[in-house]
Amino acid sequence: MASATASGSGSKGNFNMVLFYVFLIGFVLVSLFPLLWVFKMSIVTRSDLFQSPVTTLVAPPIADSYNTIFANPDFRRALLNSTIIAGITTIICLFFGAIAAYAIARLRFRLKSVVMTTILAISFFPAVAIIAPLFLLFSKVGLINTYWSVIITDVVFALPLTIWILVSFFKELPKDLEEAARVDGATTIQAFRKVIVPLAAPGVFTTAILTFIFAWNEFLFAATFLFDASTQPVTVAIPNFATVYTVDYGAQAAASVVVTIPLVILVLIFQRRIVSGLTAGAVKG
Amino acid sequence: MTTAPREKKRGGWLKEEFGNPERRTAYYMVLPALLIIMIVAVYPVLNSIWLSLHAATITATGEFVGFENYVEMFGNDDFISGLKNTVIFTVVSVFFEFIIGLGIALAINRAFRGRGLVRAAVLVPWAFPTVISAAMWRLMFQDQIGVINYVANGIGLISEPILSDATLLLIGSILVDVWKTTPFMALLLLAGLQTIPGEVYEAARVDGANVLQRFFLITMPLLKSTILVAVLFRTMDSYRVFDLFWVMSNRQLESLSTFVYQGVRISQLQFAQGNAAAVFIFVTAFLLALFFIYGLGMQTSTED
Repeated sequence: MASATASGSGSKGNFNMVLFYVFLIGFVLVSLFPLLWVFKMSIVTRSDLFQSPVTTLVAPPIADSYNTIFANPDFRRALLNSTIIAGITTIICLFFGAIAAYAIARLRFRLKSVVMTTILAISFFPAVAIIAPLFLLFSKVGLINTYWSVIITDVVFALPLTIWILVSFFKELPKDLEEAARVDGATTIQAFRKVIVPLAAPGVFTTAILTFIFAWNEFLFAATFLFDASTQPVTVAIPNFATVYTVDYGAQAAASVVVTIPLVILVLIFQRRIVSGLTAGAVKG
Repeated sequence: MTTAPREKKRGGWLKEEFGNPERRTAYYMVLPALLIIMIVAVYPVLNSIWLSLHAATITATGEFVGFENYVEMFGNDDFISGLKNTVIFTVVSVFFEFIIGLGIALAINRAFRGRGLVRAAVLVPWAFPTVISAAMWRLMFQDQIGVINYVANGIGLISEPILSDATLLLIGSILVDVWKTTPFMALLLLAGLQTIPGEVYEAARVDGANVLQRFFLITMPLLKSTILVAVLFRTMDSYRVFDLFWVMSNRQLESLSTFVYQGVRISQLQFAQGNAAAVFIFVTAFLLALFFIYGLGMQTSTED
């Protein structure tokens, strides 16, 4: 039915198609405009940046702004910190998430709806409500200013997403294979490890991307628990650049672009998977 | 859903659950995740409530003061403006995200060339860290070099710099939020639309239903559960807005969350009031979620 709607006949159909594509192009441009504009800001000279009226055409691009920020050891450190925090969070989340999701998707037990409700409740949980007690707790056990303070909290808030998506992926896998494994004498754990995990690899991979993006973008916990540039991720470091590079807007723009590029690449390559993961839990089909 | 009939005796089912090896394994498998959640989320909330009832400081719990912190909090202008901004921000941005998102979803619910490109473009704003998009938009709103400030000034839309006016900052924040999360809304709604079988529309057309009738009598009812999920997620998310206000207004624009953060982290003199506000956010967010789930009849069950 879809192809029938798209290919109208006659001039009215053609006109509708043109309108449709104009709408699409407008939509894509609005979505991408800030990234393109800030990118443009990052590759012009400072005098061009302040020119009025605002110039739209780019003179030969220059890399000064990028040189400035990459020369800053704090920026390089922040990129590394973000990678470490998001990477470890993803691994821990996938480990606990996959185990829990398998039980929820495949095994029967009575408290399942209680468990699911608890997990769902966390995804609506206002994180700001617990920063004070956690700050006190982490101070007591010496976790302030360490990666772990942020990794632990990120894991808790990313787990609902991880579990939710994995449950829907696990449910789609054919049940016969596990049953065959059971008949052959495999335990629940063996069936999970030897049959489900390899089959679910694409779903697990999608979940990993989404969890990574979530942890990479986290700001509140990092801003609360990390005081020192040695552990701060990019989300905390970059807003600070507004005071470090007061009027060097080009450097601020360049920093924003650098941080976004890994995400844009992930999105471009895996857009189909990301969409299926994002919509998996929310839509029953 | 468990198919076994409900037990009469209370202790009976516990024994049965843990006597069955498969069920026992299931509990062991969900336990680690639940434990982390309990320790890191549930215990601190209880602690927040406890602290909010005391003259607490960052170093000591202090003496019990009952609801004094809450009374002071409601008398605090910063809190009131935070509450007002949060409510306006949530209602207005979710409203526009839903309307525009639904429009986009309806428009692209068909096969066309370049679908992948559109999907990728849609995901780019969503994938941005909120603080980075706030920083980017701040640069564009900036009064010396900001393109939006320049254009808005040029066509007479604004008379003063965007970043120095509280109302314009709030409007700007809503704009950024709509830009950033409408795509997400559109994707969820599109996925919901795609589960509606085409035959339903065919049948309605044969019966002589016009476009509006088809929309209100078929699309909306069948899309209801998706709409509720999408709107609930967005509402809860907007309600706890922090990053966007904090970075884009450079700490000028107050929301409930920034009030808490100010109180407990920046100026720790308002530690007790900050905790009271934290509990306030928690309780109101909880009520909001309950309203969606029970008041509007949203289904949260994942059972099939």
